[in-house]
Amino acid sequence: MRDGYAWLAIGLITLAATTGDVLLSYSMKRVGDVHELLQRRGLLAVIARVLRTPTFFLGLGAMAVAFYSLLFGLSWGNLSLVVPASASLTFVANAFAARIFLHEQVGRRRWIAAFLVAGGVLLMAA
Amino acid sequence: MTVRKYLVLVGITVFSPIGDALLARGMKEIGGVSLHNFQSLILAILNAWVASGIVLLLAFFASYLSALSWADLTYVLPATSLGFVLVALIAHFGFHEAISPTRWLGIALITAGVGFVAAGPSVTTAHPHRLDHDPVSQEVEL
Repeated sequence: MRDGYAWLAIGLITLAATTGDVLLSYSMKRVGDVHELLQRRGLLAVIARVLRTPTFFLGLGAMAVAFYSLLFGLSWGNLSLVVPASASLTFVANAFAARIFLHEQVGRRRWIAAFLVAGGVLLMAA
Repeated sequence: MTVRKYLVLVGITVFSPIGDALLARGMKEIGGVSLHNFQSLILAILNAWVASGIVLLLAFFASYLSALSWADLTYVLPATSLGFVLVALIAHFGFHEAISPTRWLGIALITAGVGFVAAGPSVTTAHPHRLDHDPVSQEVEL
């Protein structure tokens, strides 16, 4: 049962974190380069811009779900399984989601990396 | 890529695994959460270890948002993959969790995969929807 709960949490973390990552990435691309903004307009302007982006809050909500799923998972599974497994699966899911929703060019190098990571996840779960 | 941007990536790499380790320490103190004592998951943030973990994860989050503002999502995640290794080392040496050779191999494979992508470009997209290009937003800022 402990393993079942841990893997349920890993699935929830992956789904929520991927949704959150895509929404946050989209939001921050709309905001623009934070370093440039900080130099040109200061911290308050950066914060104001982030807060004016509605998708940021949706991403934040998804991340909150991922966080509580992580706490749930850590209460049942080992740190060395729950964190790497969910993070790696999230990485692979993000490669697909970034290509579809963010139109990132996920070239051969990034796909090979995705498969290497997926293989690593399988080994870690073995 | 400037030194400052590399430091942001290092911040993401370091803050996240240490934050996760602190959360794990706290959650082990609290014990297994089930549907019968689900409220303990909400109250978990009152635990000192969990609270410390949250502070570090907030630092991670700020660094992460900063990186996402100038790099692809599929670049930022792998470029900060050394966190996996840090988690394993913390779990092994800090919590005395047994990590089998197979699991070590898995960690190595993951790290190799993400290191592979980190050598590529950090951005592959133009961002036509940036608020910079939005005349209304510019007007508000000016």
